[in-house]
Amino acid sequence: MAIVMAKLSESAIKKDPAQIAEKIKEKFPEDVVEITNFRDQGSVIVKKDRIVNICRYLHDEADLRFDLLKDLCGVDYKGKKEPRFEVVYTLYSIRHRHMIRLRAQVHENDPKINSVTPVWIGADWHERECFDMFGIIFSGHPDLRRILLPEDWEGYPLRKDYPLAGPEKEWQGFVEVLEKAKELKEFDWEG
Amino acid sequence: MEQVEKIFETRELNVNMGPQHPATHGVLRLVLDVDGEKIVKVTPYVGYLHRGMEKLGESLSYFQALPLTDRMDYVSAMSNNIGYVVAVEKLFGIEAPERAKFIRTIVGEMSRISNHLLWLATHALDIGAMTVFLYCFREREWILELFEMICGARLTVTYPRIGGVRNDISQEFLDSLYKFTEEFPSRILEYETLIDQNRIWLQRTKGIGVISAEEAINWGLTGPTLRGSGVRYDIRKHIPYDAYDKVDFDVPIGTEGDTYDRYRCRMIEMRQSNNILRQCIEILPPGPVMADAPKFTLQPKDIMMPVTHPTKEHAFFIEEKTCKGCGMCLRACPAKAIFGEKKKPHKIKQELCLSCANCYVACKFKALKIIPGGKGLSDEKLAEMAASAAIAEEIKKATELLVEQFTFIKKGPRVPEGELYVATEVPKGELGFYFVSDGSGKPYRMRLRSPSFVHASVLPRLCDGHLVADVIANIGTIDIVLGECDR
Repeated sequence: MAIVMAKLSESAIKKDPAQIAEKIKEKFPEDVVEITNFRDQGSVIVKKDRIVNICRYLHDEADLRFDLLKDLCGVDYKGKKEPRFEVVYTLYSIRHRHMIRLRAQVHENDPKINSVTPVWIGADWHERECFDMFGIIFSGHPDLRRILLPEDWEGYPLRKDYPLAGPEKEWQGFVEVLEKAKELKEFDWEG
Repeated sequence: MEQVEKIFETRELNVNMGPQHPATHGVLRLVLDVDGEKIVKVTPYVGYLHRGMEKLGESLSYFQALPLTDRMDYVSAMSNNIGYVVAVEKLFGIEAPERAKFIRTIVGEMSRISNHLLWLATHALDIGAMTVFLYCFREREWILELFEMICGARLTVTYPRIGGVRNDISQEFLDSLYKFTEEFPSRILEYETLIDQNRIWLQRTKGIGVISAEEAINWGLTGPTLRGSGVRYDIRKHIPYDAYDKVDFDVPIGTEGDTYDRYRCRMIEMRQSNNILRQCIEILPPGPVMADAPKFTLQPKDIMMPVTHPTKEHAFFIEEKTCKGCGMCLRACPAKAIFGEKKKPHKIKQELCLSCANCYVACKFKALKIIPGGKGLSDEKLAEMAASAAIAEEIKKATELLVEQFTFIKKGPRVPEGELYVATEVPKGELGFYFVSDGSGKPYRMRLRSPSFVHASVLPRLCDGHLVADVIANIGTIDIVLGECDR
């Protein structure tokens, strides 16, 4: 049979978040803005310009080996923080079993950041969702389209200035469906 | 001859599959570019079930957002609930009592079995094995009945709570669950006799949708879909939560990374879950099922009920000397139990009073008194009790509790500022919650990382170079539910 029971013992060097953050700071001293820690989880706030280089380094370096991109999402800090947006990368190393979070700052007037799809192909849909919800443009993404909302949707719902309840106006796509249904109702199917 | 070739000219065809297609497990739409039977390109379209849960979560308090998670992966709602409460507990910095942790492990594993049963049933049905479908639903029904026994609901359970579980489980439940665990291994054998060595099954699953370990990790796959490729990644082992560090179990992995290996992984996982269930039943410790953290959890109903809900325990009484006769309580009373002229002290008809506390909240002069155990007594007696010093303390306590509960429900708990990502192993893979808290009772940002969303994105890669019929097998093997994918 092709199945083997897993024995969970591997040569691993688990690092705590502070050590990992220190390593990033050593390698990219100009890009690291701040290092935070909450409930044993570390975050490194970085500038967006060299995000792909940082990710490539974290992915390839032998004693870090962040091979799994757990999550990628955007956060809108409107009125709370400057710059307004952050793109959050939650990284995990299956071999070493440690975790770190990268938070890249993105400005409101130029919401652009480089895509990390060359490093983790799984970032593809996450980045599309982030574009869909926040309007952050990922340069170098292979296929940047809206994903959960229809192509012709207006606005970016997860931004803080987007209202929870919308106006009375229906979405154009739904209006078209209703019109079509009305049209078909009047059609004489019998002859 | 030349003419014939001209007539039978071939060209690529563009086929729409879904969103209303029985084999797409919900409302997944695939646009297939096909060359005869061969797949040239697959483009998935998702979002038909998008309900804006992340946006909704920002407007609800941490307690109110719990039922939303039921509606994500509706096939294993229990696991989703557990994922949410584990994440919120870590954010609050509280811990559930030992017994609650074990109960959550039990219901989590039951949910895993029921999810895998549904997966096996539909996967086999898609490929053409009808009998397995009927067998699996027989056992799934059994588990759903057990769920009903605990909490009264079968599908959208909302049984776990932040800080524990809703209520304790009964001995009757444990007995029938134990009976299930004794019976279940023989039932798994039954399914395996039907398909494990079945020639059609092997042909339809072996070598289909092969993905190597490195590639699977790079795509971000998790759960059995990743383990089929031979990666030992299970959050229950890597970052144990609940009682998983106290039970003994193995994590099955495959070698080939094809549809058959992923099927084998899930079959062994069901056996392992069964083992976990038995261990949990045997070592289930006694004790409370809710954490003792009044600042972060909802108080038990028997403490709160007398004040906020209709009951026979408490009486409401208007103190004559403080009442200004403003009429606020009169207007607030839903039972019309309060009467009196303007600018003169009002009175409550005790036999009509519902003890709903609306008058208490409405009164601006603190003329209303809550009298513990005063229901059914005469007005004179109540006045006497309100004036006596002995129960003044008790009245104060009951009043404080009411005010506390009122603000707690209205504003939510005071959560420390920070951000946190907590993941749990749900049957489909890794379900992650990322919270950004700004110190209020509602999350500033609630991000749901759902396994189905990631797994659906890998579909074009898995279908690469296969036939149209294999697309169905590939949709089945990644085990997606679109409610969770679209959120």
